[in-house]
Amino acid sequence: MRRLPAAVLVAMLTFGTIGLAAGCSGEKKEGAAKETAAMRVAPAYGDAIVFGSNGDVSGFLTAVTSDAASHDAASYVFNGLVRYDKNVKLEGELAESWEVASDGKKITFRLRKGVKWHDGTPFTSDDVMFTYRKIIDPKTPTAYAEDFKQVRRASNPDPHTFVVEYEKPFAPALASWGMSILPKHLLEKYEDISKSPLNKEHPIGTGPYKFVEWKPGARVVFEANPDYFEGKPYIQRVITRIIPDQATMFLELKSGGVDSMNLTPVQYTRQAETEEFRKSYNKYRYTAFNYTYLGFRLSHPFFADRKVRRAIAHAINKKELVEGVLFGLGREAIGPYKPGTWVYNPDVPAFPYDPARARALLAEAGWKQGADGTLENGGKKFRFTVLTNAGNESRAKTAAILQQHLSAVGIAMEIRTVEWAAFINEFIDKRKFDAVILGWNVTPDPDQYDIWSSRKTGPKELNFVGFSNTEVDRLLEEGRRTFDLEKRRKAYFRIQEILAEELPYVFLYVPDSLPAVHNRFHGIEPAPIGISYNFIRWFVPNERQKYTSFQK
Amino acid sequence: MLRYVVRRLLLTIPLLVGISLISFFVMNMAPGGPIGAAADMNPKATAEVRERLKAYYGLDQPLHVQYGRWLRRMATLDFGPSFSPDGRQVADKIRERIPVTLAINLLSMGIILLVAIPIGIYSAVRKDSWFDRISTVTVFTGFAIPTFWLALLLMMLFGVKLGWLPISGLVSLEHDSLSLAGKAWDRAQHLLLPVLLAGFGGLAGFSRYMRSNMLEVIRQDYIATAKAKGLTERLVVFRHAVRNALLPVITILGLSVPDLLGGSVIFETIFAIPGMGQLFYQGVMSRDYPLIMGILVIGSFLTLIGNLLADVGYALADPRIRTG
Repeated sequence: MRRLPAAVLVAMLTFGTIGLAAGCSGEKKEGAAKETAAMRVAPAYGDAIVFGSNGDVSGFLTAVTSDAASHDAASYVFNGLVRYDKNVKLEGELAESWEVASDGKKITFRLRKGVKWHDGTPFTSDDVMFTYRKIIDPKTPTAYAEDFKQVRRASNPDPHTFVVEYEKPFAPALASWGMSILPKHLLEKYEDISKSPLNKEHPIGTGPYKFVEWKPGARVVFEANPDYFEGKPYIQRVITRIIPDQATMFLELKSGGVDSMNLTPVQYTRQAETEEFRKSYNKYRYTAFNYTYLGFRLSHPFFADRKVRRAIAHAINKKELVEGVLFGLGREAIGPYKPGTWVYNPDVPAFPYDPARARALLAEAGWKQGADGTLENGGKKFRFTVLTNAGNESRAKTAAILQQHLSAVGIAMEIRTVEWAAFINEFIDKRKFDAVILGWNVTPDPDQYDIWSSRKTGPKELNFVGFSNTEVDRLLEEGRRTFDLEKRRKAYFRIQEILAEELPYVFLYVPDSLPAVHNRFHGIEPAPIGISYNFIRWFVPNERQKYTSFQK
Repeated sequence: MLRYVVRRLLLTIPLLVGISLISFFVMNMAPGGPIGAAADMNPKATAEVRERLKAYYGLDQPLHVQYGRWLRRMATLDFGPSFSPDGRQVADKIRERIPVTLAINLLSMGIILLVAIPIGIYSAVRKDSWFDRISTVTVFTGFAIPTFWLALLLMMLFGVKLGWLPISGLVSLEHDSLSLAGKAWDRAQHLLLPVLLAGFGGLAGFSRYMRSNMLEVIRQDYIATAKAKGLTERLVVFRHAVRNALLPVITILGLSVPDLLGGSVIFETIFAIPGMGQLFYQGVMSRDYPLIMGILVIGSFLTLIGNLLADVGYALADPRIRTG
């Protein structure tokens, strides 16, 4: 299932992309010819799929967890009111439909009828109301209350209608209702929902799979929900095995202990390029929902000058980065949105690799070549340190390649990797950095107010590079205050132009998601959102079913 | 003797408090905190949310108050709830991990003793023989080889190429549907590689200790006397030499007690074994203070007890150092 968290924009931690989330025009599947023949196979119920996951679940209620493994697990058991469809557009899940009032301040959700919780109790608007109240309840240890605090009034006039009113129109609000809806009848006796058995031991939701067991550190198991409102899923069991080591997981994949995992670029291009591997697995490839960037502290004396930032952009050979870091499995980035989506502006000024132009720009900015080859300006050498977090191999490689590119134009860049918590608390929060290499996950909703607004430069806030541009501020506000896609697109297109001119970041690359799935699974149809959106329609033909002891 | 043991046991209490005090403050000096995972780089986490989360975990209190609270709970042997989102009890988290780690460590310790002691004895008795040289090279190879590398090679050979053994984990997915014997066989298969590897890596220490102790002992006068009495070599070695040479091993065994629950992070990560090593590592990475403290306290307690056991065992085995 591995759905995108609806409205959560999170920094990527150590291991790069975690979900199978993916998309855009580049999706490709190896061995597509085989699939057409296979499509004629009749769907069958049964079998199990085994996923490999680096991390363990830390709880089942997404309001209180923040890691990918937990959100993944919850997505089998719970539903939201809305979700993203295969083309990354919002569609109803527990909500059959919704209306946004013409002033944009009121959203009315019409809920699906006949939906039941896994224990048989009917789902109603009371559950939605309860979920909303719990999220904004100060006793709930959640980091996600902010979107829901924008709600001025919520009401449920009848069991199948839920209405929320906002102070001002707030476009990202719609996606925030993708939050897991919780069962009131099971949770109301707990003051703190994180202490309930539904979070710790046994989640009960409305989703396509029912919880079976969680062996901490070993595996999480789910079983098809025969009464799911979109039909019983074909695959009887979903087993997520916790395998922290990527190399071990790949051996498990090769030996059949795991049916699906996300490959690294080197595994995809080298280790999985054997005849034997192709016999059993399909590999998929599509643009991931994240990008990597080089961000400058804009108050730094070197980087305050836009010419210097442009020179650096010209000095970097992004093509070589994609080749060297991603083995070609990705694309150059020019802005903060996912290529191919409605909000992505492909026509912003790019800064092609041109070291001569870089040198000229640096000279204009007053930087002259010194005796040792390093540029100097008023006796100061152009020497700075780029920081990145330890444990992320692709960022370390990126730094090493950038070092080469920059030294070619006379800039001495040193590399320092720091453990994540120290990196955030000692360097980012205290603004003690010259430049950083980091990544952002890109949410389907284009609101990036927190990253670019000049009001978000305070302590712990995310515009830590200190970008400030009044036009961008105005456009960010405009973009989040209307539900009109055309108006939003215009605002965000302009923002991308400004970002490209101002270059608070040099956008480096967008990697590809590289899942491999055993080829006994049929019905996988790659789409812009990835492959998991139609997971309940994946199946294994009867004669190829592997795990039969789980059948009822 | 009894009074000595009781006095030593009582002494562990202030020692434990001291250790926990230092651990607590050092832990809090590390950058970051328990709410970082949820709040850092999360645009939804406003200053207000941070404050609320801090208050929720009691992190808004001064350090000495936090430590006081923890100590008061500890006095009733309550480790408290973990800071991870599931909020499960630290004691439960540790309890479910102990059997795995203990089993692997006991088994590998057994293998080490069974193999290393004879190697040590034989290499000492036949010093500089071919056997001595080859065994020396072998045990040091085991000591020097990076475990993760050897583990991956063996997984590739036995798991992927030959298909004889499972690659990682503790039980197979269909474990529950197996017969009792099937279950036992399933577990044994899963444990084989990790236990053998852990054993191989540990051979060097014990066999070298045993060898040098034996060399020391066989030079003693009483061994010469025993030989002069015309005893067979077997009797000299096993009745007179080995028993004396084993004495220092007791000390090392005692010091190994905390290792039995320590678990190795690299090892458990490679084999996807949900043991104590992984638990502690995750606790540290997510700054799960109660969990870290819980494991540290257990670790230091076992270290102190292990030391005591070594001293007592030594006294029992060697009449010369028995205290009044």
